[in-house]
Amino acid sequence: MAGITAFGAYIPPTRLPLAHLAGRPVKEGGPEKAVAWNDEDSVTMAVTAATDCLSGMDRACVDGVLFASTTHAFREKQAAALIARALDLRGDVRTADYSGSLRAGLSALRGALDAVSGSDASHILVIASDCRMAAPGSALEANFGDAAVAFLVGRDDPIATLEDSHAVSEEIVDVWRSEGDPFVHSWEERFVVQEGYLPQMASVVQGTLEKTSSKLDDYARVALYAPDARSHSALARQLGASAETLQDPLFRKVGNCGVAFAPLLLASALEEASANDRILAAGYGDGAEAMTFRKVSEISSRGKRLGVRGHLSRRRTVASYDRYLKARSLTPQEWNPGADPGLSATVHFRERDEDLGLKGQRCLACDKLQFPCQRVCENCFEKDRFDRVRLSDRQGRIVTYTFDYFFPNPDPPTIVTVTDIDGARVHLQLVDCSPEDTRIGLPVEFVFRRIHEGGGRPNYYWKGRPADPGGSA
Amino acid sequence: MSDETRGIRDKVSVIGVGCCAFGENWNQSPSDMIVDAAYEAYADAGIENPQQEIQAVFTGSLYTTKGPHECSDALKLFHRPVTMVSNYCATGTDAFRCGVMSVAAGLYDTVLVVGYDKPKDRGVSGPSVMMDGVRDLPKTPAGWFSLCAATYFEKYGAGRDDLAQIAIKNHHNGTLAPKSFLKREISLEDYKKARIISWPFGLYDCAAQTDGAAAAVITRADRARDVRDDPVLVKAVSIQSGPNPQKDPGNDFLSWKPTAWAAEEAYAQAGVDDAAQQIGVAQVHDCFSLTELLSYEDLGFCEKGSAKEHIANGTFELGGALPVNTDGGLKTFGHPTGATGVRMIYENVLQLQGRAGKRQVPGVEGRLALSHNIGGHPTACGIAILGRE
Repeated sequence: MAGITAFGAYIPPTRLPLAHLAGRPVKEGGPEKAVAWNDEDSVTMAVTAATDCLSGMDRACVDGVLFASTTHAFREKQAAALIARALDLRGDVRTADYSGSLRAGLSALRGALDAVSGSDASHILVIASDCRMAAPGSALEANFGDAAVAFLVGRDDPIATLEDSHAVSEEIVDVWRSEGDPFVHSWEERFVVQEGYLPQMASVVQGTLEKTSSKLDDYARVALYAPDARSHSALARQLGASAETLQDPLFRKVGNCGVAFAPLLLASALEEASANDRILAAGYGDGAEAMTFRKVSEISSRGKRLGVRGHLSRRRTVASYDRYLKARSLTPQEWNPGADPGLSATVHFRERDEDLGLKGQRCLACDKLQFPCQRVCENCFEKDRFDRVRLSDRQGRIVTYTFDYFFPNPDPPTIVTVTDIDGARVHLQLVDCSPEDTRIGLPVEFVFRRIHEGGGRPNYYWKGRPADPGGSA
Repeated sequence: MSDETRGIRDKVSVIGVGCCAFGENWNQSPSDMIVDAAYEAYADAGIENPQQEIQAVFTGSLYTTKGPHECSDALKLFHRPVTMVSNYCATGTDAFRCGVMSVAAGLYDTVLVVGYDKPKDRGVSGPSVMMDGVRDLPKTPAGWFSLCAATYFEKYGAGRDDLAQIAIKNHHNGTLAPKSFLKREISLEDYKKARIISWPFGLYDCAAQTDGAAAAVITRADRARDVRDDPVLVKAVSIQSGPNPQKDPGNDFLSWKPTAWAAEEAYAQAGVDDAAQQIGVAQVHDCFSLTELLSYEDLGFCEKGSAKEHIANGTFELGGALPVNTDGGLKTFGHPTGATGVRMIYENVLQLQGRAGKRQVPGVEGRLALSHNIGGHPTACGIAILGRE
């Protein structure tokens, strides 16, 4: 039976205390939102969430990648193909982007469930990720947060099976972003809620309950998208949902993470639900979409998985609003970073395995692991006899480091290391770590990040971050 | 030592050297600087008709896009071989080596070597972030050369206070060299107050990138006495390439391999078995203070790990047992990449001939003078050893 066989999440560890927005002193434990830092975007968050989801699994099982987001650097050029390369998936994986609406995340999940039911794919990876920009000082700014969530959908050994789904469509100009505009806009709040959000969400939930001949009380977890905390309460009241079944919408912790929002709450619900619990998830945008699941088991595969809960506890606080603005490129710069011609497309193409997939090679003659891939072995001088080896899901160890104050960075210094990965030496930046905590021998894991922007195009590569000492959440 | 490795020793002489004033030469083109350096070297070598007497030119530059023609056009040296050499910061030494080999091989009697660069036309202070790939970002030389710091400091207990003494020494020596860029003493307090570029390097740990050109005229050793009474002989010239240390498995980040390898080759050529005793003066590549510190050890001037004691004792200061960077080095004389190796040869020739003025090392005539460049990640090293007959 089609269902969700694994899931993972990514919430950027960087949190902006909402007090910074109001110019008030920051209090420990006060409201905050998760923000993608300057080297993160919807694609990097998607890769990290998918890595969390696929932890401990053989990635060769993945037949398809559906990427849902309203924020991706290219109008024309697919993100799912880039993500598939970064994850080192099979060459014959089918890929598609879902975009345009805030409910694209649930739409992609529904599409994947349909595809595996149709039996021409056994496992499809669905990733919802968003990094929406609110204009500084706007009402939306405090509500928006950034996050990503990934589901592996398949027929065998699901942890939750799909029961039913329902969708409604509506034309309404309530929340939008047009071509070339970096910022999301919203019409007057009462109009958005009274004519858009509340009636559409009530309609889709009601329709789902009728289809499944169930009552809202039959669901142990009810995960509802909402533009903000007040609308969430208003919808819960209107539906008559009990407080204990309502999935915490994570306002004041993560924020409204757009396309990823309803899927993130679904992942949260899957973490918290017990076996046999039923879960209802509903998303909004140009209409609404709802799905109901029954949790049947816990994830059986080994491997460490942080999920939503684990990522919520990994956090660091932004020191000032100014730092946040710099990290989001919201302050004027003397030099336009996009003015240069950027990385050669042919270089990018030739080096996609190494740079996007962090793949090195193992010499078939002397067995030494090395990076990058090269024709002649640096150890035994064998020529052209290598296996390609993925390094991104291994652990490394810092050999040496420096703190670079010269390289553009909203939060200097840039920590630069030489990292040993099972004998291969790789020059890598280190993130999510302070200079004080940087030391020779520090174990690191690897995250996909932006490393540079040129010619209006982002360039991606891998960076190290301190390995999670706990191992699993 | 085999005859092969000794092959170059005493076959070629330097009979003239020249160097333009290094600095931010806003009003000088590369050609202007090349002419300053070459004509000073001509005069020093007694060459009155270079178009007749210079049979070949070896020139080196890292930043030019014009190839060897820039030099041949500046000097109007046509209808003869003019070759350009590029080898990161070892470019100048490598151009010199090519010239020396061509004379030693008997191809030419008199050859001109010119190293130069004009980085200040590029509109940035220090090298810009190069964008030919994502893998090595941030691609700053300070970041590359600082990678030995954490490891070396942890193992041998050295630190920024030791680096500071190198910067202070080179700032002092620069005040004594008429053609140096920076002529300003600095204090330990200045050093400590300066902003950090790439830890542990602050502003004063980093060489001054400048414009400049330097030149040398070389000839067969058996002809040199016809030109002057005090010719300087080439005792050794070596170039070694090494792996990129950032991806070199097993690299200990306590030394730079190419320096040790080039020293081994050069010492075999020159017959040096006790560098600290036989070498009387040295120009060492101080692109960053730590590069100079590591070179003391990698060149065999002192034991590995003992540099900080020698720094404290003043071994490498003017007046010390083995003065290093007598003209201020890259730090204050300036670092026009392609010129630097030839500028060091200029300084060593002046020292060996007793022409170095206030910075003259006494009693150096009977000893050897070493110059050393290391460049790239670093991945290339060049060493030249000169001496009197």
